[in-house]
Amino acid sequence: MSIIIWTIQLALVPAVSPLCIGVVRKIKARFQNRVGAGIFQPYRDLWKLFHKDEVISEDASWIFKCAPYIIFSTTVIIGASIPLFTTIFSINVLGDLLVVIYLIALGTFFLALAGMDVGSAFGGFGSSREMTVAALTEGGLMFSILVPAFSAHSTNLFAISGAVASFSFFAFAPMILALAAFIIAMLAETGRFPFDNPATHLELTMIHEAMVLEYSGKRLALIEWAAANKFFIFLALGANLFFPWGMSSSERLGDVPLALILFFAKILAFSVFVAVLESTIVKFRFFRLPDLLFTSFILSIIAMSLTI
Amino acid sequence: MFNTLISSNIFFLSLLLWIAGAVGALVLSKNDRMANWWGNSFAILGSCVGLLFSLSVLIIGSTFSFNIDSTLPLLSLSFSVDKLSAFFIFLISLIALLASIYALGYVKHYYKKYNIGALGFFYNIFLAGMVMVVSAHNALFFLIVWEIMSLASYFLVIYENKEKENVQAGSLYFIMTHVGTAFITLAFLLLYRSTGSLDFGVIKETIGNSSPLIADTVFILALIGFGTKAGIIPFHIWLPNAHPAAPSHVSALMSGVMIKTGIYMFIRMFMDMLPDAPLWWGVVILILGAISSLFGVLYALTEHDIKRLLAYHSIENIGIILLGLGSSLVFWSLDMKPLAVLSLVAALFHTLNHAIFKALLFLGAGSVISQTHTRNMEEYGGLIKYMPQTALFFLAGSMAISALPPLNGFFSEWMTFQSLFSGIMASNVPVRWVFILAAGSLAFTGGLAAMCFVKAFGVTFLARPRSENVRHARESGFALRVGMAVLAALTLVIGFTAGSITNAVSGVVSDLSAFNSSEPAFFSTIQTVGMRNGFASISMPLILASLIVTMALTFFAVYLVSRNRKTKIGRTWDCGTTLGPRMEITATGFSNSIVTIFRGALKPTKQTSIEYRDEDMRYFQKSSTVELGIQDIYNRYFYQPVHMLTIKASEYMKRIQSGNINMYVLYILAILIALLFASGM
Repeated sequence: MSIIIWTIQLALVPAVSPLCIGVVRKIKARFQNRVGAGIFQPYRDLWKLFHKDEVISEDASWIFKCAPYIIFSTTVIIGASIPLFTTIFSINVLGDLLVVIYLIALGTFFLALAGMDVGSAFGGFGSSREMTVAALTEGGLMFSILVPAFSAHSTNLFAISGAVASFSFFAFAPMILALAAFIIAMLAETGRFPFDNPATHLELTMIHEAMVLEYSGKRLALIEWAAANKFFIFLALGANLFFPWGMSSSERLGDVPLALILFFAKILAFSVFVAVLESTIVKFRFFRLPDLLFTSFILSIIAMSLTI
Repeated sequence: MFNTLISSNIFFLSLLLWIAGAVGALVLSKNDRMANWWGNSFAILGSCVGLLFSLSVLIIGSTFSFNIDSTLPLLSLSFSVDKLSAFFIFLISLIALLASIYALGYVKHYYKKYNIGALGFFYNIFLAGMVMVVSAHNALFFLIVWEIMSLASYFLVIYENKEKENVQAGSLYFIMTHVGTAFITLAFLLLYRSTGSLDFGVIKETIGNSSPLIADTVFILALIGFGTKAGIIPFHIWLPNAHPAAPSHVSALMSGVMIKTGIYMFIRMFMDMLPDAPLWWGVVILILGAISSLFGVLYALTEHDIKRLLAYHSIENIGIILLGLGSSLVFWSLDMKPLAVLSLVAALFHTLNHAIFKALLFLGAGSVISQTHTRNMEEYGGLIKYMPQTALFFLAGSMAISALPPLNGFFSEWMTFQSLFSGIMASNVPVRWVFILAAGSLAFTGGLAAMCFVKAFGVTFLARPRSENVRHARESGFALRVGMAVLAALTLVIGFTAGSITNAVSGVVSDLSAFNSSEPAFFSTIQTVGMRNGFASISMPLILASLIVTMALTFFAVYLVSRNRKTKIGRTWDCGTTLGPRMEITATGFSNSIVTIFRGALKPTKQTSIEYRDEDMRYFQKSSTVELGIQDIYNRYFYQPVHMLTIKASEYMKRIQSGNINMYVLYILAILIALLFASGM
């Protein structure tokens, strides 16, 4: 039985993440009084890109060519090693908080190198900005998840989910602070408002899009898919570390459909939240972002001092 | 007994080989090629023997001590090699072996320019000096070999003496290292006063009887003295100047292992010789570690001289090692020995890892410099096409130092994090805050280090050449590549065998008398390392395997889906403008945003000067220059005032120097009488 659960766990993130992007785009389109593309459009985009010819810059080295595979692989591994709909994988040693954070960093590292590899002015500046934001996000991201980790006495993400579900009501005051810190870090890591605009190609502001400007065809598809995976991973972390109710804790197959439905409901709620946020606030000036990121770090330190 | 005899013989054999290498190179210095071969071959042989010796001690446990009393009182040629010493001898020999192989090829570009014999001489003496430093067992003998090591490295720093700035860097190093030695001497004299012996063993046994004030004073003196060698902020100012000045294989040794002798003496003195440490020692070291790691990486980000950048990263990594060491001292004083073992293992493991990847990075930088003849990163670019293998090795080093899985740097940083997390959970309120800040600084350090190495690798190897120098670059020679390839392979191998190596390192720690009987707070098997209380666990082989499998599957799946698609080679899109090297981002530009964000700490400066064609009209510029820099706040607020004070004091002292002989006789008489009175009382 657990083989089926394992398969779902492994394939869920890459399978569903484009849908999640589609939902966010649809909601944003409605906010802008547009009809918007269907929620399955990202799948069609990926399919189209995989079947297109590719143009590669003559300046590109093997780093540029390999980076999409590395980035995509890290997101798949992380997707398989975080709690999604069940907490039974607490023996999964890849589910360690630091492993997940540093695997994310591995992907970011290669993405930034790929941005510099082709030698365009956009790519270099995109990499510089991406690494600046990523470096300053790491503290807030790590510490916000450490808050529930210290209460759960484990940095294994499955164990955290399991423990948080049984918290008493009063243990949740610091968790709210930690959640706020986590959401700031999440928006920064996934390149969302107010950090980056995923829908623009404006030279002055873009971060993620600037780095991937030279990609086309199958490699662009991998990069886009990896970005969708990363977005989904952060939504899942937010949903399952701070609102872990309804996850199945046994190996019975009968629990899985209900757990999956609840999980999708939580993800949908988070997607709506991100879409509403993106439609109602503006992008910050680049040099105001550090303030926000330090706020995230300070918030999680306050939360930590309340829990232990 | 038999083992001991053999291993002591091997130990002296390696010293002998190095000394033979030193003398031989000097004798052969008329012939550049011969001197190079002789000096480095003996260095390689000595390192191999040293490796063999240290492994025999580490595996069989054949520790030994050896003592020759000399005719001078107090001085005895006293060696003692326990597992801790052997661990550091292993480190020195390993890096020395690969650096010497590399040097066989690298030294060639000094032929006819500098004296190769002298290089071989000081290089071998330097190696022997380092090994004797970590095995000396008598304070006076220790000071002598410490001085041999420092002087040999000083002459290596000023080896390229045709460039004036190298000589200046050497002078700064010379002064700073002797200031450090002065503090160390004071520490040992104080120990001698309270124990009546200079033998490390006797000091260890009898120091417990003296007052804690003595131990505290010795702690501060040793912290400054050895901290200067280790390059802890704020005693680091010599390091970013001296390490770049030396030939690259020597930089690798200085950054990789020489500064670790400071760490070795920290462990030897604070955890072995001195009595139980009070809480504040550990707290002080934790704070210094947090400052060094965070500021080290920030200063590294501002650099565009590739070797200075790497030198600042040494400061950062020493900071990370100190975070482990400091938490170990804190846990020890709180009587939590299992956690103290964990932290010390983390510190030693990071010492090993840093030696490997920092040596690798310096060797890589050396290869690049020998091809492009400049240390300025702004003149590199696109080298991955000219030196593909060097680029791959440098990438491995960059990933390891940025603590990216599956390489070795990630594992020791993970362990350091575990000891800091344990500190946050286990300690009481004021100490907990120190741990929280230390963990925070480590988290930011990791991110900033990754940023710095995206910059270092990207600006050096990626995109298009920024200067003509690059176009003449060729892949470095065979010997150079062997040295780097082995180190690069080690970053990967140590990464996935982290479990077994953790066991070996914890064997070193439990050999210390303080931790003889304590169970460590972690378990480690070949697959998994984790905390016994279930807080965290990690499997380095699994990370590597899952990365390989997923990448292979992804590659295969993508190939299946889009195998019929063509790939065209086009030009990089830059809005239709002509692509030039000035389109690419520069090292300065890359880190400009982070420098602006941390302007409060880094205090960047900007000087603009414009020259006009017509001074009165001021419409048409002839040329304009912008000079960006950062202020060295340590120089400005600490070293400059001290310097001024010394000069002022000397001005006053000058007045008693009249040049009149009668006057000096009077001084001597006055001192004599004063001494007589003093001794009479």
